[in-house]
This record gives sequence, C-alpha cells and structure tokens, in this order.
Amino acid sequence: MSTIVAPLEASVAAPSGGSFLIDDPSPEQIFTPEDFSEEQRRTGATADRFMSEEVAPVIPDYERKAPGVARGLVEKAAEIGLPAVLVPEQYDGLEMDVTTQMVVNESVGRYASFSTTYGAHAGIGTLPLVFFGTEEQKRKYLPKLVTAELLGAYCLSEPQAGSDALASLTRAELAPDGRHYLLNGQKMWISNGGWADLFTVFAKVDGEKFSAFLVERSWEGVRPGAEEHKMGIHGSSTTALYLDNVKVPVENLLGEVGRGHVIAFNVLNLGRLKLGSSCAGGAKSVIADAARYANQRKAFGRPIADFGAIRQKLADMTAKTFAGESLVYRTSGMIDARLEGFSWDAPGAAKTALKAIEEYAVECSIAKVYLSEILDFAADEAVQIHGGYGFHRDYAVERSYRDSRINRIFEGTNEINRLLITGMLLKRASQERLDLQGAIRNLMFELAGGRVARSSGGPFPVQRDMVGRAKKATLAMAGLAYRKFGARLEEQQEVAAAIADMAIETYAAESAMLRAEKASAAGRGETTGDIVTVLAQAMMCAVGGRAALIAGACAEGGELEQYSKMSAKLTRFTPANLPAARDRIAARVLAAEKYVF
Amino acid sequence: MNIFVCLKQVGARDSALRIAVDRKWVEDEDLNFEMNEPDAFALEEGLRLKEKHGGEVVAVSAGPARAASTIREALAKGADRGILIEDDRFAQADALCIARALAAAVGREAHDLVLTGLQSDDFGFGQTGVIMAELLNLPHATIVMQVQAEDGGLRVKRELEAGWFQNVSMPLPALLTIQSGINKVRYATLMGIKRARKKPLVTHTAGELGIDMAASQTVRRLYLPHKTKQTQFITGSGKEAAAALLEKLKFEARAL
Repeated sequence: MSTIVAPLEASVAAPSGGSFLIDDPSPEQIFTPEDFSEEQRRTGATADRFMSEEVAPVIPDYERKAPGVARGLVEKAAEIGLPAVLVPEQYDGLEMDVTTQMVVNESVGRYASFSTTYGAHAGIGTLPLVFFGTEEQKRKYLPKLVTAELLGAYCLSEPQAGSDALASLTRAELAPDGRHYLLNGQKMWISNGGWADLFTVFAKVDGEKFSAFLVERSWEGVRPGAEEHKMGIHGSSTTALYLDNVKVPVENLLGEVGRGHVIAFNVLNLGRLKLGSSCAGGAKSVIADAARYANQRKAFGRPIADFGAIRQKLADMTAKTFAGESLVYRTSGMIDARLEGFSWDAPGAAKTALKAIEEYAVECSIAKVYLSEILDFAADEAVQIHGGYGFHRDYAVERSYRDSRINRIFEGTNEINRLLITGMLLKRASQERLDLQGAIRNLMFELAGGRVARSSGGPFPVQRDMVGRAKKATLAMAGLAYRKFGARLEEQQEVAAAIADMAIETYAAESAMLRAEKASAAGRGETTGDIVTVLAQAMMCAVGGRAALIAGACAEGGELEQYSKMSAKLTRFTPANLPAARDRIAARVLAAEKYVF
Repeated sequence: MNIFVCLKQVGARDSALRIAVDRKWVEDEDLNFEMNEPDAFALEEGLRLKEKHGGEVVAVSAGPARAASTIREALAKGADRGILIEDDRFAQADALCIARALAAAVGREAHDLVLTGLQSDDFGFGQTGVIMAELLNLPHATIVMQVQAEDGGLRVKRELEAGWFQNVSMPLPALLTIQSGINKVRYATLMGIKRARKKPLVTHTAGELGIDMAASQTVRRLYLPHKTKQTQFITGSGKEAAAALLEKLKFEARAL
C-alpha cells in the first residue's frame, strides 16, 4: 500500500497552526502552486477537461435539474476518479494527497452547482465515513460511493438549528430490542437531498447525546422534501429530509454515541479549505469572463478594457485571487507535509490524518472566509464590467453572481468562522500550542523601546516589512482585547471578528508575498511583484482600520492614546503607485483573457 | 501486437507566442507544453488496438528532457512503458533527424505496428512517420481514419482529397500516420496518473543511439503573416451564388 502523500520538496515546513502570526517563514518553507508535482498538474488537467467537455455543455440542463443529469455527471466523474482522491486504496480509493484534492476542487469550482453536488458527495458525504467509519461500514459503503453507485449527503442543519448545530431536535432512541435506533426529526438545507442514497444524519440519542448515523434513502420513514427555490446554485439539489420513526440498525451508528460533534466539526475543517479552493476556481472563471467581455465591448470608440476604471477592477480581482490561491495551497501543503509518510495501514491512521488537518483549523477557516468573499467581490465586479448585460441571464456572470452568494453562508457562516478564527487562536494559546503570549510580551518590550524592528530582505523588502508590522499590529490588538475581556472576548463579537480580519488579511498578503518571493528566486514572476504591491497596501489599510476599531472598543484615556499611536506606527506605509501596478496586472489578464498567474 | 506510438511534445495551443530574438523560432520560456494533438489520436488508436488484440503499447518520443512528461501522460492514459531519446536539439530538429532517432529506438525492438500522428502542431511537416517507415523498411499508409486487423495484416481506411477515401490492405509490421479526430481521446484518469508512477520509462541520449543529428533543413526566418483583406463579388442567381459561396468556404477558406 502506498502513502497518501506524494513526496514534497523536503524544505516545505509543517509549523504549528496559527504560527503565521508569530513566525517569519522563508519562501522555501511554503508550498505554492508553482510547486505542484507533475501528477498534481495532470490531475488538474484531467479535471479541467472533464469540466469543459462533460459539464459545460450540459449546464442549461443541469441548471433546471433535468432528471439524471447530475447523477450521470457524478458517475462520469467517478469513472476518472474524481470522488476517490482521499479515499483509502483498500476501499477502491486513490489515497492521494490533500493538495491533489484541492486541485480537483478548484477545477470543479468553475461551475458552482456541480461543485456543490460533487462536494456534498465526495466531501462531506464521504469523508465522515472515511475518518470515523468502522471496517464493516467502510467496506459496505465506500466502494459504492467511489463509483457513485451511491450518492452521499450530509445532514447537520435543522429548521431551528443552523450555526448552533448542536441545538438539534432530531432524536434517536434505542429500540427495546437493542438492534435499532429510531430516528425522528427534520433536517434542512441538504445538498444532494433530492438524489442522494446515503445520508450522514446527526441526531441526539435520547434527546441529549449528539451522534451521527448512516441512513439509507430506501429505508422506511426516510422522506426528502421538495426542492427548495434558491437564489443561486439552481442546478444543485437542496431539500429538507424528514425522518419518521426510521429504524437505523445499530451497526449504522457512525463513531460513538455523544461524539457527533467531533465528526461534524472535523469534517468541516477540510470542507472549509476545499470551499476555498472551489471559490478560487470560480473567481478565475469570472475573471476570464470579465476580461473577454472588456476586450470586446466598446464605449466611446474604444474597448472598455482600455479604461482605468475597468483595469482597476480586473487587477484587484486578480490580485485577491492570487492571494486566495496562495493561501489555500500554502495550507494544503502544510497538511501534506505533516502527513508525509502517512499510511492508512498504520494504527490510528484516521486520527493521525484528522489531527494534521485540525492543526490548521484556523487556516482552513481563513481560506473559507477569504475566498468566499473574494469570489463574491470578483463576481460582483464581473457583473459591473458587463454593465446592463451582466444583469441579463444570457451572460454567465449573472449566474456566477447569484451562485457565489451561498459560499459566505454554508460550511459555517463567515461570521461563525471569524469568531472561530479568534477563538481557536486564543484556545491554542491557552493550550500552549501557540506562544501568542510570549510573542505579545516580546512585542511590548520592543515597542516600549520606541523602535519597531524591521523585517526586510528578499525582492520585496518594503512589502515584507509591511507584512511584519501588520502581524505585530494584530498581536498587539489581540493582546489588548484579551487583557480587556479575557475569556469573554468571544462574546465581544465585533472585536473578535476584527481580530480575525487582521489575521485573515495578514495570512493572505503574506502567503502571496512568500509565493512571489519563491517564484522570483526561481527566476519567474516580474508581474507578481505588482500583485504583492497591491495586496500589501490593501492589507495595511484593512489592518489599520480594524486596529482602530479594537483600540476604541478596548481602551480609553491614556491607554487609548498609547494604542492608537502604536497602531499608527505599525500600520504606516509609504503609498505605492497603485494605478501603475494595477495597469500592468490588468494588461496581462486582458492579453490572455484569463487569470494567468 | 507490439505497438509503438510516436509522440511529440509541442507548445500548447493557448500559449502566448513571441518570436525569439534570433527570429528562428518562438520564445521557449513563454510556452506551456503538451502532447501534439494528432499524436494523441494515434495513441488512442494504439490503446484501442491493444485492448482488442492484446500486446503492449510503447510510447516513444525524441525531445529535450521535458518531453518525459508527455511520455508519462501516455503512461497515465494506459501505455505500458515509455522510451525517451533525449537531446535538446530535437526541440527544433527537422523531420529526418527526428525520424532517425525514433527509428533507431523502435528498430531495436520487436515491433508489429508503429503509429504517429498525421503531423505536428509546431512545424507541421507531416513527414516524420513517412521517413521513419523508409528507415525501418516498413510499408506505410498516411492519413488513416480506420484500422482493422485482418488475416495477419491490416485493413486501413485512408482519407484522400475532396471527400474521397481509400481502403488498403497491408501486411504487418507496418507504420500508419493517424488522422486527427478519428476517435475520442480518453482521459488520463486519476487511477492512471497514479499507476504511471510505477511504469518504466527508459531514457537514451541521442549519442548513445548514435543518432546523426545533422540538419537537412533549417528555418531561416520566422515572421507573422501579413494580414490582407480581399473582397470577391459572387455573381449569378441566388442559388448559383450560394453554391459558389459554399464551394469557396469549403475549399478556399476551409471554414466548413
């Protein structure tokens, strides 16, 4: 049996999760899309071809959920292995690495409805079983999920329980014969609900112990509701699931009674990173649509691609997508580095894999928030570039705009994820897995000395220094907020979200910068320098604004004065010539009529 | 059936082309590389014949080191093993030079059928297969649309001009150049991509095989075509004009 991980360049590091805030990694330590192995590239090419040749031609049918189209496509996807990437070989899977899965998700993300079908099946519909199933459960279901003979779905939300999934009212009672649980309740917003065969259903045993069950569609009392009428992802099936005295054999309890939350939350970590990569694919797709249109459309006798207002949009869409893509693969690279030598044959393999993913839960949430918002931004600007035509159903961007919106809601709303980012950082600090306290203490000494140490070096010394200071601003403000609110910081949601925003902006800009540095060291990437310029300045503006919010909320009088001075010092920058940088970025995108970085 | 499929790695069709400073070729560093499309159809035909008649498919290429990735792509699609004849000069070599290298590699082994694409997407000489057949002393057929094994030999359908076809029976071993679009090229599945890791790929240098690298043809100057506009008036009745227009679109503009 082979390992799950293709050999990485030895130097890619697997630091502690969240350590990006306190460390200063060198470019060689991070994984970038330029480091894709030939196999990862080829997998991407296969998935791209599948999307162009099999999926794109049937989009109109897919959008109206024509019978059999979705199932047919998942079956075709299964023929080339797309749902099998992370499944162990023993159950007919491919056992490839996490980065390969991200590459597939990025490609599939070009069409949101299929991406949702695919993700609900191969991700949240299959992975709970991979990580928590018993040998018998895995043998029974996984090979059929891999071939798409069975389609999967994941049932967590309920009409009254969304972000607070543990407020579930669905009950499971052990029947008197001890052989079955009886499930009763209603699940809501089930992707693939209309056509899935196997549901991972969360319910409370005796109304208390949150647990997961594998429920087959054909069982008596299982009834999917009607298709919901959604704003976007029209091609994706979304229904409720009604459970009326469903007899679930005890063998179909997934994991342990009362440990359902472990399954629910662990599966979401990877799901969030995957959502990030699908959004990167979606963003690249709208960039291509927008660039093509900008070249064709003439106003005042010139293509609108000539105008600065349009070029600015394309450049910003591109720069942010570059940052998002960089942070997704940096994160998947760290997970893969941590899993180097991993084998499903080793005892406790599932736990090892989950631990490696959980280590980067903060980064996974960042990927989810940042990329879903980039896609929303890019789709919105793509509509704007199209003008009135962007508002018309004949143009793909109209659909992209509607489709993008859900990404900020599912897999944990962006609000919940922001709170999680701050919460998990603090938790890791209190568990001594991340030395935030030490870093904040050192920073305070440094600042008390009146001089901020500069990070510099590399091809982008100015931006390197900006990123270094943005991290310090984040640490300083997190420290201030923690001193003020202590463990109750999570209840101060606006402040907690502002800390998360600072971390997100910093991680994104740093990932892009490190990637550009790595590319530059390899003799590539003149234009990625412009992207770094644009991102660093946007990061500083965002970080400065959030720092002011936190200072105002957490300090007053002399302390407020002191923190606003500190924040001003840390987030100061000499403005770059952004229009010139954006103009060069846009020129590349317009020449190729696609995202080219 | 021992089938050798000859593959060339060429610049990808969506690459941005920039004429090199020496004006002999395009800038290499701008290019992404991919399998020459006509060769992909030859590979598919080879894989189908192997599935029908057994034997093995060997992917062969003469090119710089990067061409190994095109061979591995063939392995991912189902070829059993690969041979690379490596030399940087193959990137711009003429058809005779490439054919010498391919023939040297194939000639060392027992071969029943050698397949190439009709032509390459970069230079487009359309000569490599034919010259190779001469060097290997094999009968050949060009622009082949269908291949059927019969009575220890082959029956092939060739495309001629103006909608004409020719059916030819020929003995084995033989060499065929395959017309594009005759089959649906399969995916490199993820299983295939993973399996390719373990398949053998042998590299010979041109020197080891004693390939004569002397050029018999050189590019003197590469330049962009001048854009010209021409207007033609088609006279006659509507029906006649439509027929004439159709003719022109088909055979002059080759747009249909």
